[in-house]
Amino acid sequence: MCRCEDVTLADLEHSVSRGYRDIEEVKRYTGFGTGPCQGKECMAAVATQLAILTQQPAAAIPPFTSRPPLAPTPLRLLARDPGAHRFADDPEESERKK
Amino acid sequence: MQPVLDEEEDTARADVSGEIRLPATLEGAGPLPDSAEVVIIGGGVVGLAIAYYLAKRGLQDVVVVERGYLAEGASGRNGGGVRQQWSTELNIRLMQESVELCRRFAVDLGVNVWFRQGGYLFLARSAEEVARLEKNIALQNRCGVATRMLEPRQALAIVPELDITGIVGASYNPSDGILFPWPFLWGYARQAAAHGARIFTQTPVAGLERQKAGGYVVHTPRGAVRARRVVNATGAWSPRLGAMIGVDIPTFPIRHEICSSEPLKPFLRPMVSELASGLYCSQSMRGEIVGGVTIPGHSSTYGMGSTLEFLATYARRLVRLMPILGDIKILRQWAGPYDQSPDGNPILGAAPGHPDFFLACGFVGHGFMMAPIVGKLYGEWLTGGDPHEIFGRFTLGRFADGSAAQHAKEDFNIG
Repeated sequence: MCRCEDVTLADLEHSVSRGYRDIEEVKRYTGFGTGPCQGKECMAAVATQLAILTQQPAAAIPPFTSRPPLAPTPLRLLARDPGAHRFADDPEESERKK
Repeated sequence: MQPVLDEEEDTARADVSGEIRLPATLEGAGPLPDSAEVVIIGGGVVGLAIAYYLAKRGLQDVVVVERGYLAEGASGRNGGGVRQQWSTELNIRLMQESVELCRRFAVDLGVNVWFRQGGYLFLARSAEEVARLEKNIALQNRCGVATRMLEPRQALAIVPELDITGIVGASYNPSDGILFPWPFLWGYARQAAAHGARIFTQTPVAGLERQKAGGYVVHTPRGAVRARRVVNATGAWSPRLGAMIGVDIPTFPIRHEICSSEPLKPFLRPMVSELASGLYCSQSMRGEIVGGVTIPGHSSTYGMGSTLEFLATYARRLVRLMPILGDIKILRQWAGPYDQSPDGNPILGAAPGHPDFFLACGFVGHGFMMAPIVGKLYGEWLTGGDPHEIFGRFTLGRFADGSAAQHAKEDFNIG
């Protein structure tokens, strides 16, 4: 079901059998959707199976909360964003004071 | 002094021989009971820990109601740190016991919570911060916590990836640790249920009504429960529950953001934290670098949105401290609410004028690590044991009668 985190249909069935059947709970119990693709590949497939396993219409299974960033983003790139908060000891700020 | 725990728990082993299933109630099925001895409102780590200890000590009639799913609130949104480096003796001693309970959690509750004692390393960039750490270390050492002050070079020996430019000292306690928060809740829930507690998820409390004859009626969309005693374990939402019966709880929600990286091979042993920015990060057993930073001046909100400002600030501070992480990718960010109390300490015990309405809130982002010992002490007290001093010290009444000012304010709510 989830290739990033190696979650199988059996894992999904196990989760539901344990009482974790809300898609947010299933995400936390199995780890599905927490790898590099963040659910882009597996969410629809998991939701479909979850609807079958819990005998609900597919429309009753919402996607789990989408989390930024849109794609895996290197810290170095984020660190250059001008919107970063500057603390009193920030190197550039103290440079400026000198 | 080593924390002393009762012998019953020394030999107890969770029954994991068969398939321990969560009760059907957890799936949101079935009606609520008409009445219960104790209704715990809030299915986070604090409420579930209390439920577990009450049920384990033989209280048969324990009900937990959770408005969403287990771990939906701050319990499922925190970094999983468990430390004994605090600034007040009571918190240090409580956390010594919590660490001991965490060490035995897998055996006592039958679930792997990936508890790992890699230590906590607090980094100071000024003489003032060093003085603050030294003062705390002296107190921690008197309590038997082996925290020590390190020169920057010694910190580098523990975390070779650090850039120690500008670091002037560090405190390090090797027995602090981290754990994986979600299974911690499942362990409490499962064992509380195995001991007879009933847990109802997807069950918001719509109203709370005090009975003239004593006790309360807890109203939910799935029916009402008469409760002889009620525990408010709703975290940042505690003031809202208190307001339903005229109990004024002076805590307020502060949104804290956190993020997780792609998984890496294990390299980082301790939780690393920088006092100047509240930056913290640790490596989970899954290999991810999980961490956050405290951007000052945020107003109170229940909003759980994520910001680029947080991610940029975290990245800036972390790459400065550990430049080698620059190429590591962030996979996701999220947020959770701290239940901020006026003096940095929790609010426990019965509410003034409400001897059967118990509070377990105001944990200022550290409820997860406090939950094991607070749950245990609540369990003992509410099943007939003597109240521990926390229930006299951390009362709600302390803010009204001025006694809050007589005690040391906890100033080490970092991260």
